[in-house]
Amino acid sequence: MKQKTAIQEFLKGLWDENPVLVSLLGLCPTLAVTVSAINGLAMGLAATFVLLCSAFLVSLLRKVIPNQVRIAAYIVIIATFVTIADRFLAAFTPDISKALGPFIPLIIVNCIILGRMEAFASKNGIGRSLLDALGMGAGFTLTLLVLSSIREILGSGTWFGLQLMWPFYAAWKVMVLPPGAFLTLGCMIAAANWINTRRRS
Amino acid sequence: MNLLIIFISAALINNFVLSQFLGICPFVGVSKKIDSAFSMGIAVTFVMVIAAMVTWLIYHLILVPFRLEILEYVAFILVIASLVQLVEMFIRKVSKPLYDALGIFLPLITTNCAILGLALNAVLNDYNFTETLFYAIGAGLGFTLALVIMAGIREELELVDVPHSFRGAAITMVIAGSLALAFMGFAGLI
Repeated sequence: MKQKTAIQEFLKGLWDENPVLVSLLGLCPTLAVTVSAINGLAMGLAATFVLLCSAFLVSLLRKVIPNQVRIAAYIVIIATFVTIADRFLAAFTPDISKALGPFIPLIIVNCIILGRMEAFASKNGIGRSLLDALGMGAGFTLTLLVLSSIREILGSGTWFGLQLMWPFYAAWKVMVLPPGAFLTLGCMIAAANWINTRRRS
Repeated sequence: MNLLIIFISAALINNFVLSQFLGICPFVGVSKKIDSAFSMGIAVTFVMVIAAMVTWLIYHLILVPFRLEILEYVAFILVIASLVQLVEMFIRKVSKPLYDALGIFLPLITTNCAILGLALNAVLNDYNFTETLFYAIGAGLGFTLALVIMAGIREELELVDVPHSFRGAAITMVIAGSLALAFMGFAGLI
């Protein structure tokens, strides 16, 4: 595999290796919290924060951590940063913290983070790992933002709490309920597939 | 009666996969064949019940008396990870056929958010020990049910002409959406 330039390292997370749409990682939080755009954004940013900090630490310690216990070590590192993010959200944005509920602690078992640690940060230097984490985090956040915007606009007629649809708009209640999450994500994955096949041919 | 309500609610109304979105990764990954879906479901149920009991004991006997609730996440995930290892070794020693059936799925369960989610939810809902036990069994069986139904549909799907872009994960999501819609019908049960 040829070495990527720094900018490619960052950009690959946005589309080509988008964690949600292409690799199908981290689906649980993606589906669960995207009821409103603000929740999706908060979740994306929290995951990006954890991803960045853990990538930094894992990459820093990659020669120190023995190979046999590396997964356990990564999980402890991730869990520590998740606790920090959770306390931070609970202190400064209690409403969002309540809305996200158990899905903030569940960032620990988000496959995106452990996957990037194992596949990238444990093998590359700090700079590249941070770029990779930033790209993946941005890809995750953007996907979440699009998904939650679609659901909030169709399901409640608002966007970030602002009234967007006309006054008599009959909200598609199902979009903010669990089935809407599955349907919207299914259509988004199909759209991503469609665009990719068109680009290749 | 209360225990029965917790059980049914965890299994059907608040089904872990279809309404709480916990354990989606195995739901998408291991739902191609009914056999493997069933084995995965049983393995998850098994680990869920043990993990729920152990994390309950740790939380109420160690973390709360020493006021260490802030360590909840770190402690829980470590307990679950080591527990999965222990269960794996134990099964290999005791029952070879069971190990062969569950084998490959066991390590995957560590990063199954349904297990950690269950432990966290039990603490959040302030369940006592028996309630936690029933909650875990209900959640595990509900997970198995969703997985097996999904696998059944996907086996039929092999023969269907799905539009090219929708093949694979996309159509799985759309089917899961319809299943979730069907499971919402259970809401009036209690």
